[in-house]
Amino acid sequence: MNSIPRLPLARWTDDLINYLQGHWGASTQAFSDQMESLIKGLQQLLISIPPELFIIVIALLAWWLAGRKMAIFSVIGLFFIYNVKLWEVTMETLSMVIAAVLLCAVVGIPLGILSAKNLTAHRIIAPVLDFMQTLPAFVYLLPAIPFFGLGVVPGVLTTIIFAMPPVIRLTDLGLRQVPEELIELGRSFGSTFFQMLFKIELPLARATILAGINQCIMLSLSMVVIAAMIGAKGLGGVVWRAIQTLKFGMGFEAGVAIVVIAIILDRITQNLGKSK
Amino acid sequence: MGKIEVRNLTKIYGNNVEKALQMLRNGCDNQEIRENTKQVVGVREATFSVEQGECFVIMGLSGSGKSTLLRCINRLIKATDGEIVIDGEDVNKVSSRRLEVLRQEKIAMVFQRFALLPHRNILDNIAYGLEVQGEPRPIRYEKAFQALELVGLKGWEDSYPGNLSGGMQQRVGIARALATDPDILLMDEPFSALDPLIRQDMQDELLAIQQKLQKTILFVTHDLDEALKVGDRIALMKDARIVQIGSPEEILLSPASDYVARFVENVNRSRALTASAVMVKPRAVAHPKDGPLTALTFMEKHGLSTIFVTDRAGHLQGYVQAEDASALVEAGIRELDGIINPEVPTAAPDTMLSDLLDTLAYTKVPLAVVDDQGRLKGVLVRGSVIAGLAGERRGSHE
Repeated sequence: MNSIPRLPLARWTDDLINYLQGHWGASTQAFSDQMESLIKGLQQLLISIPPELFIIVIALLAWWLAGRKMAIFSVIGLFFIYNVKLWEVTMETLSMVIAAVLLCAVVGIPLGILSAKNLTAHRIIAPVLDFMQTLPAFVYLLPAIPFFGLGVVPGVLTTIIFAMPPVIRLTDLGLRQVPEELIELGRSFGSTFFQMLFKIELPLARATILAGINQCIMLSLSMVVIAAMIGAKGLGGVVWRAIQTLKFGMGFEAGVAIVVIAIILDRITQNLGKSK
Repeated sequence: MGKIEVRNLTKIYGNNVEKALQMLRNGCDNQEIRENTKQVVGVREATFSVEQGECFVIMGLSGSGKSTLLRCINRLIKATDGEIVIDGEDVNKVSSRRLEVLRQEKIAMVFQRFALLPHRNILDNIAYGLEVQGEPRPIRYEKAFQALELVGLKGWEDSYPGNLSGGMQQRVGIARALATDPDILLMDEPFSALDPLIRQDMQDELLAIQQKLQKTILFVTHDLDEALKVGDRIALMKDARIVQIGSPEEILLSPASDYVARFVENVNRSRALTASAVMVKPRAVAHPKDGPLTALTFMEKHGLSTIFVTDRAGHLQGYVQAEDASALVEAGIRELDGIINPEVPTAAPDTMLSDLLDTLAYTKVPLAVVDDQGRLKGVLVRGSVIAGLAGERRGSHE
C-alpha cells in the first residue's frame, strides 16, 4: 500500500485555483462588482421600506397564504427583531437570501427542465448535484475569496452552490411526474415542445417546483449565516462577532431573529404551491 | 380507397427490432420472438381500411395490442413496419412538423382517463387544441363554446375538471376532440372508466353526435356489448393480431375462430342481432286467389296453424287461420278474401331483437318481417329467435 505514491489531489486543486485566478481573476472580479451593486441595491431598497409598512405587508401575506396564526406570529416576530435593533442586519440577510434564491431559480429551473428532458444531461447533472450538496461548505467557501474577494458576493455565490440542488432536482421530478396520459394529450393535439412545456408540464409540476423553491429558501438562509465567515455580514455577521467576542446574549438574539425569519419564509412559501 | 388505410402495420417494442421483424415475417409466433430476441410484439401485420364516416371498433382483451394499434394511427407510438395512409399520406413517413399539423387539424383523440388539465377551466380545456393551432382567443372560445353545447355541458364552462363527475369529464374530453373539427376521432376506451349506466348514456350520446357529424371514428374497447352497439365494423384482436374483421352480426353469427366464438358466447345478443338475422323463410305462403283448400293443404303439410297471405309481388296481405279455412271449405266458398286477417304484427328487417321480445312474447301468430315496400321477407317464430339468442349458427336448428 505504501509503495503507491500519494495522490497529489490537494496540489492539483491549488494549481487549478491559482491558474483560474491568474487567467480569470479579472473577469470574476468584474462580475463580482456587478453583483455586489445589485445586492447592495436590493439591500438599500429593503432598508428604505419603513419597518411598520414592511411588517403589515408580511402579516397580510402570511394571513392570505398561511392563516391567521401565522399573521400574528409574523407581527410579533418582526416587531421583536425591530425592538432588539437587528432590523437592518435582518434586511441585509433577507436581501442576500432573495438574491440567491432568484439566481437559483433562474439557473436551476432551466437545468431541471434540461435534466428531465435529456437523459445525457440527467446523467451528468445528478452526480454533480450530489457533489454540490455533500461537499462541506467550508471547502468551497474559502476558494471563493480569491475570485470574488471578501463580502456579500462570495457569500451569495456559495449560497447558490449550496441551495440550488433542490430546485434542479424537484423541477426534474415534477416534470417526470406529469401523468403519461396528459403528455399523450399534448402530443396528440400536435403541441410543439414549448407548448407542451408551458401549457402542460410546467403548470402541472408547479407545486413540486415551488416545494423546491421553498427548500432552496431554507438552505439559502442557513448558508447565508455561515457565509458571514467570509464577510457576508447580516444576521450571520452578528452571530459570528458574538462567538468571537463571547457575547452570548447578542448571539442568542441574532439566533432567535434567524429562526423568526426562517419560520415566516417557510410557512409563506410552503403554501404558495397549494393555493389556487 | 378508405379514409384510413392500414397495411401490414407491425409494432415491436425493444431496442433491436430488426431480427424480431425478420422472425415475424418468417411466421414465428410472439413467444418464440420474445425468447429469441427479447423483443415484444405489440401489433403484428394489421391490415384494414376504415371508410369516411364509419365507426370502426378495435376490440380485444387487455394486452391484445388494441391501444398500441390505435396509437400508431396518430404516431403517438411509431410503428416498426407497415403503412398508415390517411387521405393518401403515410403518417409513418411524414416529417415531424407535418405530423404536428396532422394532429392539430385532422386527428383528435379521446382518452380512457379523460386527460383533462386540472389547472384549466372547462372552456380552456376544450379550447386546448384550438390554442395549439394558434387560433385567436375570441374564435377559440366561440368554437369551444359550440363544442360545449354539443355535449350538453352549457353552464359548466367556468368550472374545473375536479368538480365534474366522470361522465361529465369525458363529455369535456369529447368536446375537446370535436372542437378542432377533425376528420378522425381516436377513442381509447373512452367509456371504460365510467359506471355502467353512465356508460350506456354516453354510448347513446356518441351515436347521436356521430349521426350529426359523421366523423371517421376508431374506437378501442374491451367490452363486446359496447363494440356491438357503437361499431359499424369490428376488428377483434388477440395476441397482437387481428383475428376477425366484420360487422357486429358477422362477428356474432359467423365467428372466424373458436377464440372469437368463445368471446361472443356471453354477449347480450338481443342488442346486436336484427330481425333479419334470425328470421326464417316463410315456409308456406298463400295467395288471395288460392282456394281455402289449397291453403289448408299447405298448412297441414307444414304442420302450421296459420299461414301468411301475400299478393303475387310478395306484398303481405295478412294471415289465415286453419280453422277459418276449414269452415270455408265446409261452406263451399272458393275464395280466401273473407277470412284474411290483416292485423299481423310486423317488424322491419333491421329492427333489433331486443325491441321485439315483448311482441314475440304475447303474439299468437308469428311475427312477419317486411321490408319498406311491405313485402314479406321472413317470419320470426319463437324457436328461431331463441336459437339466435342462444348463439347457434344460422341454419343449424332445423
